[in-house]
Amino acid sequence: MNEEFMGYERPKGKVGIRNKIAIIPSVVCVNHIAEQIANKLDDAIAIRHPLGCGQFGPDYNNTFRTLVGLGSNPNIYGVVVIGLGCENLKSRVLAKNINRTKKPVEFFDVQDIKGGSTAAIEYGIKIGNHMREEANELKKEPFDFSNLVLGLECGGSDSISGISANPAVGIISDRVVELGGTSILPEFTEWIGTEHLLIERAINENVAQKIHNTITGFIENLKGLGIDFLGVQPTPGNIDGGLSTIEEKSLGNIAKSGKSPIQGILEYSEPPKTKGLWLMLEPGLDIESMTGLAAAGAQVILMTTGRGSPCGNPVAPVIKLCGNPKTSDWMAENIDVDASQIIKGEKTMEELAEVLWLKLKKTLNGEQTQAEKLGFDDIAIWRNTASPFQYMHCK
Amino acid sequence: MKNKYIVMNKDDNCATALVDINKDEVIKYDNMNIKINHSITLGHKFALNDIKTGDFVKKYGQTIGIATEDIQKGDWIHTHNIMSQYLKEVLNL
Repeated sequence: MNEEFMGYERPKGKVGIRNKIAIIPSVVCVNHIAEQIANKLDDAIAIRHPLGCGQFGPDYNNTFRTLVGLGSNPNIYGVVVIGLGCENLKSRVLAKNINRTKKPVEFFDVQDIKGGSTAAIEYGIKIGNHMREEANELKKEPFDFSNLVLGLECGGSDSISGISANPAVGIISDRVVELGGTSILPEFTEWIGTEHLLIERAINENVAQKIHNTITGFIENLKGLGIDFLGVQPTPGNIDGGLSTIEEKSLGNIAKSGKSPIQGILEYSEPPKTKGLWLMLEPGLDIESMTGLAAAGAQVILMTTGRGSPCGNPVAPVIKLCGNPKTSDWMAENIDVDASQIIKGEKTMEELAEVLWLKLKKTLNGEQTQAEKLGFDDIAIWRNTASPFQYMHCK
Repeated sequence: MKNKYIVMNKDDNCATALVDINKDEVIKYDNMNIKINHSITLGHKFALNDIKTGDFVKKYGQTIGIATEDIQKGDWIHTHNIMSQYLKEVLNL
């Protein structure tokens, strides 16, 4: 099979499917400035986020890795990093680390510009416009699927997702992996009950042990906090909908990952080291999850939904599939692929997967997803690491 | 022609109803006729062949539970006749 898509060549052998300029604030204090700059440029995004100062140790590192990852994503041609000047996540250090990709990166601090925020916005627009002109010179070229990193996401799931949209995504994930590409499954809370099956798919004993330790560690954390997670799974609503056991429920979720062997578990926002299917640590909030996928290098995300979700991502286009006929009708403008033909008995899984494959290729080749058209571009960063502020309460 | 059920994997021994299926309705699967022994609501499962107590129930080509009683072809499969293998054998609950 000679499958190709049209993309933009980046330095160091990377391939983007979009050609955006990213304006990245190193700290929340300059979000508005970043947004004003991006609004004045063609095809530019502002990575608005609420962090960047007052963070320590691993908590700081996690935010830093995520912002570096978003700027490094090959869908971004070049980056303008903006600091305020007094924050502990320095614009200079952020720019330097994104520049390891060899893509164009500029940075400045607002406190260094005479004239305040208005002058800073004007300065940022000037730099951004220059970058935009350079980016426009690039022409798309054909690339094979070994250049693709696919993100797998689900949100607002119902009992239909697991027998419709999710397995169709699994077929496509397997196809990308067979074509030499990469696929990433986040949301570890939805692996629970299937870890024995994930372990069977691990490429070696070390990976199997890591999967086991991740789930066991989480269950131990729950027990330590006195939280009974598994005692209420599946939920009464799940059982009414026909789900009998925790493994049946989680199988519906991990169906998105197909049958491919598992190469390993990534930290949140960590780029995969090799091709193939990877798991990523992330607890299941859609925006955090998709931020982590884009920061890990995913150029495109497949997201299934049952109850309906408008969510997108500023860096990686999000293709939305919905298996629920009512949601596909009521929220049609937020859905890219109507997967309800499965429940209506009008299409087989293989036929649905072909529809999704064509949509994926069109999206890679430049067609906007519904979330892109409607402007859904939120960022959330999972604060999953030790912080001196953990468990502080007033007594 | 609307499919009344879906089998997620060829190795499965249960199917998921895509419509509400009436008791005593006969459905065709793999050149055999299956008489449905209970009313099956959309999203719920029924057995494609006889499943003995202790046997695995398979969906997605994977084990979703263990039969806690003998299940006949066409029977409704749910919490009353299967239990989680994961909770029993992995977590020892």
